[in-house]
Amino acid sequence: MQITLTINNKVHTWNVEKDEFLADTLRAHGLLSVKKACESSCCGLCTVWVEYKPVLACTILSVRVHGKAVTTIEGVPTEAEEFARVLTAEGAEQCGFCSPGFIMNVLAMKKELINPSEEEIIHYLTGNLCRCTGYMGQLRAVKTYLGVAQV
Amino acid sequence: MFTLSDLVQPDNIDTAYQILSNKRNNTILGGCAFLKMGAKRIGTAIDLTNLNLSYIKETDGFIEIGGMTSLRELETHTLLKECFAGVLPKSVRNIIGVQFRNSVTVGASVYAKYGFSDLITALLALDTQVELYKGGRMPLVDFLNSPKGKDILVRLWIKMDNCKAVYLNLRNSASDYSVLNVAVCRLDEQWTIVVGARPRRAAIASKASAVLSQGKQSASEIEDVAQKVSEELSFGTNMRGTANYRKALCKVLVKRAITEVQACKSH
Repeated sequence: MQITLTINNKVHTWNVEKDEFLADTLRAHGLLSVKKACESSCCGLCTVWVEYKPVLACTILSVRVHGKAVTTIEGVPTEAEEFARVLTAEGAEQCGFCSPGFIMNVLAMKKELINPSEEEIIHYLTGNLCRCTGYMGQLRAVKTYLGVAQV
Repeated sequence: MFTLSDLVQPDNIDTAYQILSNKRNNTILGGCAFLKMGAKRIGTAIDLTNLNLSYIKETDGFIEIGGMTSLRELETHTLLKECFAGVLPKSVRNIIGVQFRNSVTVGASVYAKYGFSDLITALLALDTQVELYKGGRMPLVDFLNSPKGKDILVRLWIKMDNCKAVYLNLRNSASDYSVLNVAVCRLDEQWTIVVGARPRRAAIASKASAVLSQGKQSASEIEDVAQKVSEELSFGTNMRGTANYRKALCKVLVKRAITEVQACKSH
């Protein structure tokens, strides 16, 4: 099937299989930040935005994003770098495999929540798993990045 | 992973239903999250995206929820946060993560009658009706007890009464399936107690609910009712917990939920 979609502000027309998922389509076209890990829609590594909302690219059929705007971390380099620098300064970055999806969800949270509490931050980011860390460094980094109080 | 031979995005629901009826393995797509965990061989997949079924609105004393509404919309909608003590947003807020809830739909969650469903438990405690394209409008409890057929869940209707409801669950870890979930609702002096993820699908503890409604809901009566719920409903064993564990847990969650409903303020 042929789909036309806007990826990172650029319009593309691609041929996709009917049962192809967005994560596979994006990776096939060189957007290698989009990772797959869990196969059960629960790790958050494949997080991208569809119409500026965070979704799991491993779970959305590519035909369903026809006519829509898709944003990957390649499309928000300035914001991603800004947060990545905070993340590394807190020592929260280890293998980095989960980082693109995690960062996309943090950036989405920043747009959606105003001055979130620690509980709201944790709740928003629960769908992003990291097997290296204990999340504390990431939580400190998120709070610093959002400018909310460290408790 | 499922496979599909064809995929259609019909512009009207009648066409969608006709295609669904054409062949045994033709299937309606919800958010695909559960579907992709299996290996179903789908003939024609029917995507309802073009039917404008993603909405929540107030209609003639009911809250109307379109079948393609995402769980995240349910969680964040102002009207639903205000009604029924916010029980519906609370019931879905711990399902995996925000990204997951942005994709999965209310219609698929209810139509599939999943035993582990958090949403069905909360909906069953309220005055909820299901509207099927062919089967028409019916109480949720009747829909859950009906044999599985081929139909399309178009929308839900929830009566906007003044009930107060509380949803509680226990998860082994955040974002996992519930080991057990409970919803308790009070409308005037009428109480409804629902227990789900038993791991069978949610059910109303009718006898215990009637006992609670007839009494004064004192501490000892609540204790007694919680015991009755655990005896009235059946529990099973799976990898998340044994039947005995669920039975013990049921008493605790029911007691806690009744107490929390008592503390709900009128609005």
